[in-house]
Amino acid sequence: MPKVTYVHPNGARDVLDVPLGTSVMRAAIINGIDGIVAECGGEMMCATCHVYVEADQLDRTPAQSDDEKAMLEFTASERKPNSRLSCQLVATPELDGLVVYLPETQV
Amino acid sequence: MPNPVAAILGAGQAGFQVAASLRQEGFDGRIVLIGDEAVLPYQRPPLSKAYLTGQTEVDDLWLRPAEFYAKQQIDLIYGDTVTSVDRPERRLRLTSGLALSWDYLVFASGARCRPLPVPGAELDGVMMLRTLADADILRQRLDGAREVVVVGAGFIGLEFASVAVARGANVHIVEVTHRPMGRVVSEPTSRFFTEAHIRWGAKVSLGTGITRIIGHHDRVSGVETTDGRLLPADLVLICIGVIPNSELAHEAGLAVDNGIVVDGYLSVGELAIFAIGDCASFPTPFASGRVRLESVQNALDQGRCVAAALAGRPEAYEKVPWFWSDQGDLKLQIAGITTGHAEAITRGDPDSRQFSVFCFKGGRLIGVESVNRPADHAVARRLLAGDPRLSPEQAGDESYDLRAHTRSLASR
Repeated sequence: MPKVTYVHPNGARDVLDVPLGTSVMRAAIINGIDGIVAECGGEMMCATCHVYVEADQLDRTPAQSDDEKAMLEFTASERKPNSRLSCQLVATPELDGLVVYLPETQV
Repeated sequence: MPNPVAAILGAGQAGFQVAASLRQEGFDGRIVLIGDEAVLPYQRPPLSKAYLTGQTEVDDLWLRPAEFYAKQQIDLIYGDTVTSVDRPERRLRLTSGLALSWDYLVFASGARCRPLPVPGAELDGVMMLRTLADADILRQRLDGAREVVVVGAGFIGLEFASVAVARGANVHIVEVTHRPMGRVVSEPTSRFFTEAHIRWGAKVSLGTGITRIIGHHDRVSGVETTDGRLLPADLVLICIGVIPNSELAHEAGLAVDNGIVVDGYLSVGELAIFAIGDCASFPTPFASGRVRLESVQNALDQGRCVAAALAGRPEAYEKVPWFWSDQGDLKLQIAGITTGHAEAITRGDPDSRQFSVFCFKGGRLIGVESVNRPADHAVARRLLAGDPRLSPEQAGDESYDLRAHTRSLASR
Protein backbone atom coordinates (compact mmCIF):
# COMPACT_ATOMS: atom_id res chain seq x y z
CA MET A 1 0.00 0.00 0.00
CA PRO A 2 1.49 3.38 -0.94
CA LYS A 3 2.72 5.42 2.02
CA VAL A 4 1.94 9.12 2.04
CA THR A 5 3.44 11.60 4.48
CA TYR A 6 1.42 14.65 5.52
CA VAL A 7 3.54 17.47 6.93
CA HIS A 8 1.66 19.95 9.10
CA PRO A 9 2.56 23.66 9.08
CA ASN A 10 4.28 23.18 12.46
CA GLY A 11 6.47 20.45 11.00
CA ALA A 12 4.64 17.50 12.57
CA ARG A 13 4.34 14.53 10.25
CA ASP A 14 1.64 11.91 9.82
CA VAL A 15 2.32 8.86 7.67
CA LEU A 16 -0.62 6.93 6.25
CA ASP A 17 -0.97 3.76 4.22
CA VAL A 18 -3.31 4.86 1.46
CA PRO A 19 -5.12 2.02 -0.32
CA LEU A 20 -4.71 1.96 -4.11
CA GLY A 21 -7.53 3.95 -5.68
CA THR A 22 -8.10 6.09 -2.58
CA SER A 23 -7.24 9.78 -2.80
CA VAL A 24 -4.76 11.53 -0.55
CA MET A 25 -7.71 13.73 0.49
CA ARG A 26 -10.01 10.86 1.45
CA ALA A 27 -7.29 9.07 3.40
CA ALA A 28 -6.72 12.24 5.42
CA ILE A 29 -10.43 12.62 6.18
CA ILE A 30 -10.86 8.98 7.20
CA ASN A 31 -7.84 9.18 9.47
CA GLY A 32 -8.82 12.50 11.00
CA ILE A 33 -5.84 14.48 9.77
CA ASP A 34 -6.49 18.13 10.54
CA GLY A 35 -5.68 20.49 7.74
CA ILE A 36 -7.66 18.81 4.96
CA VAL A 37 -11.25 20.06 4.89
CA ALA A 38 -12.59 18.74 1.57
CA GLU A 39 -15.88 20.58 1.50
CA CYS A 40 -17.15 19.38 -1.85
CA GLY A 41 -16.15 15.77 -1.29
CA GLY A 42 -13.81 15.55 -4.27
CA GLU A 43 -15.98 17.14 -6.95
CA MET A 44 -13.46 19.87 -7.76
CA MET A 45 -15.93 22.55 -6.73
CA CYS A 46 -13.79 23.94 -3.93
CA ALA A 47 -10.13 24.17 -3.00
CA THR A 48 -10.21 23.05 0.62
CA CYS A 49 -8.08 19.93 0.16
CA HIS A 50 -5.13 22.00 -1.08
CA VAL A 51 -1.64 20.57 -0.51
CA TYR A 52 1.89 21.39 -1.63
CA VAL A 53 3.58 18.38 -3.16
CA GLU A 54 7.29 17.85 -2.40
CA ALA A 55 8.83 19.68 -5.34
CA ASP A 56 10.99 16.85 -6.66
CA GLN A 57 8.01 14.46 -6.59
CA LEU A 58 5.77 16.57 -8.82
CA ASP A 59 6.61 14.57 -11.93
CA ARG A 60 5.23 11.44 -10.24
CA THR A 61 1.81 12.96 -9.76
CA PRO A 62 -0.97 12.78 -12.35
CA ALA A 63 -1.47 15.74 -14.70
CA GLN A 64 -3.82 18.55 -13.63
CA SER A 65 -7.23 18.69 -15.28
CA ASP A 66 -8.83 21.97 -16.31
CA ASP A 67 -11.22 21.61 -13.37
CA GLU A 68 -8.36 21.34 -10.93
CA LYS A 69 -6.49 24.28 -12.47
CA ALA A 70 -9.62 26.42 -12.22
CA MET A 71 -10.28 25.56 -8.59
CA LEU A 72 -6.66 26.08 -7.55
CA GLU A 73 -7.42 29.78 -8.03
CA PHE A 74 -9.53 29.56 -4.87
CA THR A 75 -6.95 28.27 -2.43
CA ALA A 76 -7.12 30.11 0.88
CA SER A 77 -3.34 29.84 1.25
CA GLU A 78 -0.94 30.97 -1.45
CA ARG A 79 -1.02 28.98 -4.68
CA LYS A 80 2.44 27.77 -5.62
CA PRO A 81 3.78 25.80 -8.59
CA ASN A 82 3.55 22.63 -6.47
CA SER A 83 -0.04 23.28 -5.35
CA ARG A 84 -2.47 20.41 -5.92
CA LEU A 85 -5.94 19.41 -4.86
CA SER A 86 -5.36 16.25 -2.86
CA CYS A 87 -8.69 14.79 -4.04
CA GLN A 88 -6.99 14.41 -7.43
CA LEU A 89 -3.97 12.56 -6.04
CA VAL A 90 -5.30 9.02 -6.18
CA ALA A 91 -2.96 6.44 -4.74
CA THR A 92 -1.03 4.40 -7.30
CA PRO A 93 2.21 2.44 -6.86
CA GLU A 94 4.08 5.46 -8.30
CA LEU A 95 2.84 7.65 -5.44
CA ASP A 96 4.44 5.45 -2.77
CA GLY A 97 6.56 7.71 -0.57
CA LEU A 98 4.72 10.88 -1.56
CA VAL A 99 5.19 13.82 0.78
CA VAL A 100 2.57 16.57 0.90
CA TYR A 101 2.73 19.78 2.93
CA LEU A 102 -0.49 21.09 4.45
CA PRO A 103 -1.15 24.81 4.01
CA GLU A 104 -1.69 27.20 6.92
CA THR A 105 -5.40 27.37 6.22
CA GLN A 106 -7.99 25.85 3.87
CA VAL A 107 -10.84 28.31 4.30
CA MET B 1 -22.44 32.67 30.03
CA PRO B 2 -20.61 29.78 31.75
CA ASN B 3 -20.54 26.63 29.61
CA PRO B 4 -23.30 27.56 27.18
CA VAL B 5 -25.10 24.78 25.29
CA ALA B 6 -25.48 25.01 21.52
CA ALA B 7 -28.14 22.64 20.23
CA ILE B 8 -28.08 21.96 16.50
CA LEU B 9 -31.23 20.47 15.03
CA GLY B 10 -30.23 18.45 12.01
CA ALA B 11 -26.98 16.61 11.29
CA GLY B 12 -26.73 17.13 7.56
CA GLN B 13 -24.00 19.15 5.92
CA ALA B 14 -25.17 22.44 7.51
CA GLY B 15 -25.56 21.10 11.04
CA PHE B 16 -22.26 19.27 10.85
CA GLN B 17 -20.51 22.43 9.70
CA VAL B 18 -21.81 24.54 12.58
CA ALA B 19 -20.58 21.94 15.06
CA ALA B 20 -17.17 21.58 13.44
CA SER B 21 -16.69 25.32 12.97
CA LEU B 22 -17.79 26.14 16.52
CA ARG B 23 -14.91 24.10 17.87
CA GLN B 24 -12.49 25.68 15.42
CA GLU B 25 -13.72 29.08 16.55
CA GLY B 26 -12.89 28.15 20.11
CA PHE B 27 -16.45 27.78 21.43
CA ASP B 28 -15.96 26.22 24.85
CA GLY B 29 -19.53 25.24 25.65
CA ARG B 30 -21.35 22.00 24.97
CA ILE B 31 -22.27 21.20 21.37
CA VAL B 32 -25.17 18.85 20.77
CA LEU B 33 -25.74 17.76 17.18
CA ILE B 34 -29.06 15.98 16.66
CA GLY B 35 -29.90 14.02 13.51
CA ASP B 36 -32.96 11.90 12.79
CA GLU B 37 -31.21 9.45 10.48
CA ALA B 38 -29.57 6.50 12.22
CA VAL B 39 -26.16 7.05 10.65
CA LEU B 40 -23.17 9.38 10.96
CA PRO B 41 -23.42 12.71 9.12
CA TYR B 42 -22.73 12.13 5.43
CA GLN B 43 -22.54 13.85 2.06
CA ARG B 44 -25.74 13.86 0.04
CA PRO B 45 -24.55 14.95 -3.42
CA PRO B 46 -23.10 11.56 -4.42
CA LEU B 47 -26.42 9.82 -3.63
CA SER B 48 -27.82 10.75 -7.04
CA LYS B 49 -24.47 10.34 -8.80
CA ALA B 50 -21.44 8.18 -8.01
CA TYR B 51 -23.09 6.32 -5.11
CA LEU B 52 -25.83 4.97 -7.38
CA THR B 53 -23.32 3.65 -9.87
CA GLY B 54 -21.22 2.03 -7.15
CA GLN B 55 -18.20 4.22 -7.95
CA THR B 56 -18.51 5.62 -4.45
CA GLU B 57 -19.12 3.33 -1.49
CA VAL B 58 -20.72 4.19 1.80
CA ASP B 59 -17.43 4.62 3.66
CA ASP B 60 -16.58 7.44 1.27
CA LEU B 61 -19.73 9.34 2.21
CA TRP B 62 -19.07 10.04 5.88
CA LEU B 63 -18.18 13.66 6.47
CA ARG B 64 -15.86 12.57 9.27
CA PRO B 65 -15.18 9.25 10.99
CA ALA B 66 -17.00 8.44 14.25
CA GLU B 67 -13.90 9.27 16.35
CA PHE B 68 -13.98 12.86 15.13
CA TYR B 69 -17.05 13.67 17.22
CA ALA B 70 -15.55 12.35 20.43
CA LYS B 71 -12.24 14.06 19.77
CA GLN B 72 -13.95 17.40 19.10
CA GLN B 73 -16.32 16.92 22.04
CA ILE B 74 -19.39 17.10 19.86
CA ASP B 75 -22.31 15.19 21.37
CA LEU B 76 -23.75 13.50 18.33
CA ILE B 77 -27.26 12.18 18.91
CA TYR B 78 -28.47 10.32 15.87
CA GLY B 79 -31.52 8.30 15.06
CA ASP B 80 -33.57 10.56 17.32
CA THR B 81 -35.98 13.36 16.49
CA VAL B 82 -36.75 16.62 18.22
CA THR B 83 -40.46 16.73 18.94
CA SER B 84 -40.82 20.17 20.52
CA VAL B 85 -38.93 23.38 21.12
CA ASP B 86 -39.80 25.60 24.06
CA ARG B 87 -38.40 29.05 23.40
CA PRO B 88 -39.21 30.84 26.68
CA GLU B 89 -37.81 27.95 28.73
CA ARG B 90 -35.03 27.20 26.26
CA ARG B 91 -35.72 23.50 26.29
CA LEU B 92 -36.27 20.86 23.67
CA ARG B 93 -37.60 17.34 23.74
CA LEU B 94 -36.79 14.29 21.68
CA THR B 95 -38.76 11.22 20.64
CA SER B 96 -36.60 9.08 22.90
CA GLY B 97 -37.84 11.07 25.90
CA LEU B 98 -34.59 12.94 26.27
CA ALA B 99 -34.94 16.62 27.19
CA LEU B 100 -32.25 19.22 26.78
CA SER B 101 -31.70 22.81 27.87
CA TRP B 102 -30.01 25.09 25.37
CA ASP B 103 -28.60 28.58 25.23
CA TYR B 104 -28.20 28.68 21.46
CA LEU B 105 -30.41 26.89 18.98
CA VAL B 106 -29.60 26.32 15.32
CA PHE B 107 -32.25 24.94 13.00
CA ALA B 108 -30.40 22.95 10.33
CA SER B 109 -33.34 20.66 9.80
CA GLY B 110 -33.12 20.45 6.02
CA ALA B 111 -35.95 19.52 3.75
CA ARG B 112 -37.88 16.46 2.66
CA CYS B 113 -39.07 15.30 -0.74
CA ARG B 114 -42.34 16.77 -1.94
CA PRO B 115 -44.76 13.89 -2.47
CA LEU B 116 -46.69 13.58 -5.72
CA PRO B 117 -50.38 13.80 -4.79
CA VAL B 118 -51.76 11.25 -7.24
CA PRO B 119 -53.38 7.84 -6.78
CA GLY B 120 -50.84 5.03 -6.83
CA ALA B 121 -47.95 7.02 -5.37
CA GLU B 122 -47.77 4.49 -2.54
CA LEU B 123 -47.14 1.51 -4.85
CA ASP B 124 -44.01 -0.57 -4.45
CA GLY B 125 -41.42 0.66 -6.93
CA VAL B 126 -42.40 4.32 -6.62
CA MET B 127 -39.53 6.04 -4.88
CA MET B 128 -38.11 9.35 -3.79
CA LEU B 129 -34.45 10.18 -3.15
CA ARG B 130 -33.17 12.20 -0.26
CA THR B 131 -31.43 10.00 2.26
CA LEU B 132 -28.78 7.33 2.28
CA ALA B 133 -31.50 4.79 3.09
CA ASP B 134 -33.43 5.95 -0.01
CA ALA B 135 -30.29 5.64 -2.12
CA ASP B 136 -29.55 2.12 -0.86
CA ILE B 137 -32.97 0.91 -1.95
CA LEU B 138 -32.84 2.80 -5.22
CA ARG B 139 -29.44 1.32 -6.01
CA GLN B 140 -30.85 -2.20 -5.56
CA ARG B 141 -33.99 -1.47 -7.53
CA LEU B 142 -32.05 0.05 -10.37
CA ASP B 143 -30.28 -3.27 -10.88
CA GLY B 144 -33.34 -5.04 -12.15
CA ALA B 145 -35.16 -2.06 -13.64
CA ARG B 146 -36.03 -2.07 -17.32
CA GLU B 147 -38.58 0.71 -17.63
CA VAL B 148 -37.77 3.77 -15.55
CA VAL B 149 -39.95 6.87 -15.32
CA VAL B 150 -38.45 9.98 -13.76
CA VAL B 151 -41.05 12.50 -12.62
CA GLY B 152 -39.51 15.95 -12.40
CA ALA B 153 -36.54 17.24 -14.40
CA GLY B 154 -34.57 19.06 -11.72
CA PHE B 155 -30.97 18.30 -10.75
CA ILE B 156 -31.80 15.08 -8.90
CA GLY B 157 -34.15 13.74 -11.56
CA LEU B 158 -31.74 14.42 -14.39
CA GLU B 159 -28.71 13.10 -12.52
CA PHE B 160 -30.60 9.92 -11.76
CA ALA B 161 -31.87 9.67 -15.34
CA SER B 162 -28.33 9.85 -16.70
CA VAL B 163 -27.25 7.04 -14.36
CA ALA B 164 -30.27 4.87 -15.22
CA VAL B 165 -29.87 5.28 -18.97
CA ALA B 166 -26.18 4.42 -18.72
CA ARG B 167 -27.23 1.22 -16.93
CA GLY B 168 -29.24 0.24 -19.99
CA ALA B 169 -32.72 0.99 -18.70
CA ASN B 170 -35.36 2.63 -20.88
CA VAL B 171 -35.77 6.02 -19.26
CA HIS B 172 -38.64 8.43 -19.68
CA ILE B 173 -38.32 11.88 -18.07
CA VAL B 174 -41.65 13.59 -17.44
CA GLU B 175 -41.65 17.26 -16.49
CA VAL B 176 -44.72 19.38 -15.83
CA THR B 177 -43.13 22.69 -16.88
CA HIS B 178 -41.81 23.38 -20.34
CA ARG B 179 -38.18 23.24 -19.47
CA PRO B 180 -35.83 21.09 -17.36
CA MET B 181 -34.19 22.75 -14.34
CA GLY B 182 -36.33 25.74 -15.26
CA ARG B 183 -36.33 27.11 -11.72
CA VAL B 184 -32.54 27.49 -11.64
CA VAL B 185 -31.06 27.73 -15.14
CA SER B 186 -31.55 29.84 -18.26
CA GLU B 187 -33.33 28.69 -21.38
CA PRO B 188 -30.18 27.90 -23.43
CA THR B 189 -28.82 25.67 -20.65
CA SER B 190 -32.19 23.95 -20.26
CA ARG B 191 -32.40 23.27 -23.95
CA PHE B 192 -28.84 21.96 -24.10
CA PHE B 193 -29.49 19.45 -21.32
CA THR B 194 -32.80 18.34 -22.82
CA GLU B 195 -31.01 17.53 -26.05
CA ALA B 196 -28.17 15.81 -24.20
CA HIS B 197 -30.56 13.45 -22.38
CA ILE B 198 -32.33 12.63 -25.62
CA ARG B 199 -29.00 11.91 -27.28
CA TRP B 200 -28.07 9.57 -24.42
CA GLY B 201 -31.24 7.65 -25.11
CA ALA B 202 -33.85 9.00 -22.70
CA LYS B 203 -37.32 10.05 -23.77
CA VAL B 204 -38.32 13.49 -22.52
CA SER B 205 -41.92 14.71 -22.19
CA LEU B 206 -42.15 18.37 -21.23
CA GLY B 207 -45.31 20.22 -20.25
CA THR B 208 -46.60 16.87 -19.07
CA GLY B 209 -48.05 15.96 -15.68
CA ILE B 210 -48.94 12.67 -14.05
CA THR B 211 -52.57 11.83 -13.33
CA ARG B 212 -52.05 8.47 -11.64
CA ILE B 213 -49.64 5.63 -11.13
CA ILE B 214 -50.86 2.18 -12.02
CA GLY B 215 -49.88 -1.06 -10.35
CA HIS B 216 -50.26 -4.77 -10.52
CA HIS B 217 -50.35 -6.71 -7.22
CA ASP B 218 -49.16 -3.58 -5.38
CA ARG B 219 -46.19 -3.24 -7.71
CA VAL B 220 -45.92 -0.29 -10.05
CA SER B 221 -46.49 -1.12 -13.69
CA GLY B 222 -47.08 2.21 -15.36
CA VAL B 223 -47.68 5.92 -15.19
CA GLU B 224 -50.61 7.76 -16.74
CA THR B 225 -49.81 11.21 -18.10
CA THR B 226 -52.01 14.30 -18.39
CA ASP B 227 -52.00 13.92 -22.17
CA GLY B 228 -53.54 10.49 -21.80
CA ARG B 229 -50.56 8.22 -22.40
CA LEU B 230 -49.70 5.17 -20.35
CA LEU B 231 -45.94 4.87 -19.87
CA PRO B 232 -44.71 1.43 -18.79
CA ALA B 233 -42.69 1.49 -15.57
CA ASP B 234 -41.13 -0.92 -13.13
CA LEU B 235 -39.37 1.90 -11.30
CA VAL B 236 -40.66 5.45 -10.82
CA LEU B 237 -38.59 8.16 -9.17
CA ILE B 238 -40.55 11.16 -7.97
CA CYS B 239 -38.30 14.21 -7.69
CA ILE B 240 -40.46 17.29 -7.84
CA GLY B 241 -38.65 19.38 -5.27
CA VAL B 242 -38.63 19.56 -1.51
CA ILE B 243 -40.56 20.94 1.44
CA PRO B 244 -38.43 22.69 4.08
CA ASN B 245 -38.60 21.12 7.52
CA SER B 246 -39.90 24.18 9.33
CA GLU B 247 -42.77 22.75 11.39
CA LEU B 248 -40.91 22.76 14.72
CA ALA B 249 -39.94 26.38 14.23
CA HIS B 250 -43.51 27.27 13.32
CA GLU B 251 -44.85 25.51 16.41
CA ALA B 252 -42.30 27.42 18.47
CA GLY B 253 -43.83 30.64 17.19
CA LEU B 254 -41.19 31.56 14.63
CA ALA B 255 -42.04 33.09 11.28
CA VAL B 256 -42.13 30.62 8.39
CA ASP B 257 -42.49 31.49 4.74
CA ASN B 258 -41.07 28.85 2.41
CA GLY B 259 -38.56 28.10 5.15
CA ILE B 260 -37.71 29.56 8.52
CA VAL B 261 -37.48 33.32 8.14
CA VAL B 262 -34.11 34.74 9.20
CA ASP B 263 -32.35 38.09 8.86
CA GLY B 264 -29.07 38.96 7.16
CA TYR B 265 -27.21 37.34 10.07
CA LEU B 266 -29.25 34.14 9.71
CA SER B 267 -30.87 34.75 13.07
CA VAL B 268 -34.61 34.71 13.68
CA GLY B 269 -34.33 38.12 15.30
CA GLU B 270 -33.19 36.98 18.72
CA LEU B 271 -29.47 36.36 18.66
CA ALA B 272 -29.78 32.95 20.29
CA ILE B 273 -31.74 31.25 17.49
CA PHE B 274 -30.60 30.73 13.92
CA ALA B 275 -31.68 28.79 10.84
CA ILE B 276 -29.34 27.65 8.05
CA GLY B 277 -29.19 25.45 4.99
CA ASP B 278 -32.14 24.00 3.11
CA CYS B 279 -34.66 25.03 5.80
CA ALA B 280 -33.78 28.75 5.95
CA SER B 281 -35.30 31.64 4.01
CA PHE B 282 -32.82 34.51 4.04
CA PRO B 283 -32.19 37.88 2.36
CA THR B 284 -29.26 37.95 -0.06
CA PRO B 285 -27.57 40.57 -2.20
CA PHE B 286 -27.60 37.99 -5.01
CA ALA B 287 -31.35 38.08 -5.57
CA SER B 288 -34.23 40.42 -5.06
CA GLY B 289 -36.12 39.41 -1.97
CA ARG B 290 -35.57 36.32 0.15
CA VAL B 291 -34.28 33.00 -1.08
CA ARG B 292 -34.05 29.47 0.21
CA LEU B 293 -31.17 27.58 -1.36
CA GLU B 294 -30.55 23.86 -1.46
CA SER B 295 -26.84 23.41 -1.91
CA VAL B 296 -23.65 22.25 -0.26
CA GLN B 297 -22.13 25.71 -0.55
CA ASN B 298 -25.08 27.32 1.18
CA ALA B 299 -25.04 24.75 3.98
CA LEU B 300 -21.31 25.13 4.60
CA ASP B 301 -20.99 28.89 4.38
CA GLN B 302 -24.09 29.48 6.50
CA GLY B 303 -22.84 26.97 9.05
CA ARG B 304 -19.56 28.87 9.33
CA CYS B 305 -21.37 32.21 9.52
CA VAL B 306 -23.44 31.08 12.51
CA ALA B 307 -20.46 29.49 14.23
CA ALA B 308 -18.59 32.79 13.94
CA ALA B 309 -21.58 34.67 15.36
CA LEU B 310 -21.79 32.34 18.37
CA ALA B 311 -18.07 32.82 18.92
CA GLY B 312 -18.69 36.55 19.18
CA ARG B 313 -17.82 37.58 15.61
CA PRO B 314 -21.15 38.16 13.87
CA GLU B 315 -21.00 39.07 10.19
CA ALA B 316 -23.75 39.49 7.64
CA TYR B 317 -24.11 36.48 5.36
CA GLU B 318 -23.12 37.54 1.83
CA LYS B 319 -21.40 34.58 0.20
CA VAL B 320 -21.63 34.01 -3.55
CA PRO B 321 -23.95 31.03 -4.10
CA TRP B 322 -22.62 28.18 -6.23
CA PHE B 323 -24.06 24.86 -7.36
CA TRP B 324 -23.09 21.92 -9.47
CA SER B 325 -24.68 18.97 -11.20
CA ASP B 326 -23.07 15.97 -12.90
CA GLN B 327 -25.10 14.45 -15.70
CA GLY B 328 -23.42 11.87 -17.90
CA ASP B 329 -20.13 13.39 -18.99
CA LEU B 330 -21.43 16.93 -18.52
CA LYS B 331 -20.56 19.03 -15.52
CA LEU B 332 -22.83 21.97 -14.93
CA GLN B 333 -21.48 24.64 -12.59
CA ILE B 334 -23.50 27.66 -11.57
CA ALA B 335 -22.24 30.80 -9.84
CA GLY B 336 -24.74 33.33 -8.55
CA ILE B 337 -28.50 33.11 -8.94
CA THR B 338 -29.62 33.43 -12.55
CA THR B 339 -33.36 33.35 -11.84
CA GLY B 340 -35.10 36.45 -13.15
CA HIS B 341 -32.38 37.45 -15.61
CA ALA B 342 -33.30 39.70 -18.54
CA GLU B 343 -30.50 38.73 -20.86
CA ALA B 344 -28.68 35.42 -21.38
CA ILE B 345 -25.41 35.63 -23.33
CA THR B 346 -23.81 32.40 -24.50
CA ARG B 347 -20.02 32.31 -24.53
CA GLY B 348 -18.59 29.44 -26.57
CA ASP B 349 -20.38 27.00 -28.81
CA PRO B 350 -22.85 24.60 -27.14
CA ASP B 351 -22.15 22.12 -29.95
CA SER B 352 -18.59 21.86 -28.64
CA ARG B 353 -20.14 20.81 -25.28
CA GLN B 354 -18.09 23.51 -23.55
CA PHE B 355 -19.86 26.80 -23.06
CA SER B 356 -21.16 29.23 -20.47
CA VAL B 357 -24.29 31.32 -20.24
CA PHE B 358 -23.78 34.73 -18.65
CA CYS B 359 -27.01 36.09 -17.20
CA PHE B 360 -27.64 39.81 -16.80
CA LYS B 361 -30.34 41.85 -15.16
CA GLY B 362 -30.51 45.62 -15.56
CA GLY B 363 -27.17 45.44 -17.36
CA ARG B 364 -25.49 43.81 -14.36
CA LEU B 365 -24.08 40.28 -14.26
CA ILE B 366 -26.11 38.19 -11.79
CA GLY B 367 -24.97 34.66 -12.53
CA VAL B 368 -23.13 32.31 -14.85
CA GLU B 369 -23.94 28.74 -15.88
CA SER B 370 -20.95 26.80 -17.19
CA VAL B 371 -20.92 23.44 -18.92
CA ASN B 372 -17.55 21.67 -18.95
CA ARG B 373 -15.90 25.09 -18.69
CA PRO B 374 -14.47 25.32 -15.18
CA ALA B 375 -12.29 28.38 -15.91
CA ASP B 376 -15.42 30.45 -16.64
CA HIS B 377 -16.96 29.23 -13.41
CA ALA B 378 -13.89 30.27 -11.45
CA VAL B 379 -13.94 33.71 -13.06
CA ALA B 380 -17.66 34.06 -12.38
CA ARG B 381 -17.29 33.35 -8.67
CA ARG B 382 -14.60 36.00 -8.41
CA LEU B 383 -16.57 38.56 -10.42
CA LEU B 384 -19.74 38.07 -8.43
CA ALA B 385 -17.92 38.48 -5.12
CA GLY B 386 -17.33 42.15 -6.03
CA ASP B 387 -18.67 44.58 -8.59
CA PRO B 388 -18.47 42.52 -11.81
CA ARG B 389 -18.40 45.47 -14.25
CA LEU B 390 -18.73 43.05 -17.15
CA SER B 391 -20.88 44.02 -20.11
CA PRO B 392 -22.98 41.54 -22.11
CA GLU B 393 -20.82 42.34 -25.13
CA GLN B 394 -17.64 41.45 -23.27
CA ALA B 395 -19.21 38.24 -21.97
CA GLY B 396 -20.18 37.12 -25.44
CA ASP B 397 -16.85 37.98 -27.05
CA GLU B 398 -14.58 34.94 -26.77
CA SER B 399 -11.55 37.07 -27.60
CA TYR B 400 -12.19 39.24 -24.54
CA ASP B 401 -9.95 37.98 -21.72
CA LEU B 402 -12.14 37.37 -18.67
CA ARG B 403 -9.24 36.52 -16.39
CA ALA B 404 -7.50 39.78 -17.25
CA HIS B 405 -10.80 41.56 -16.60
CA THR B 406 -11.07 39.92 -13.18
CA ARG B 407 -7.47 40.77 -12.33
CA SER B 408 -7.91 44.40 -13.32
CA LEU B 409 -10.88 44.67 -10.95
CA ALA B 410 -8.92 43.06 -8.14
CA SER B 411 -6.03 45.48 -8.53
CA ARG B 412 -8.23 48.56 -8.61
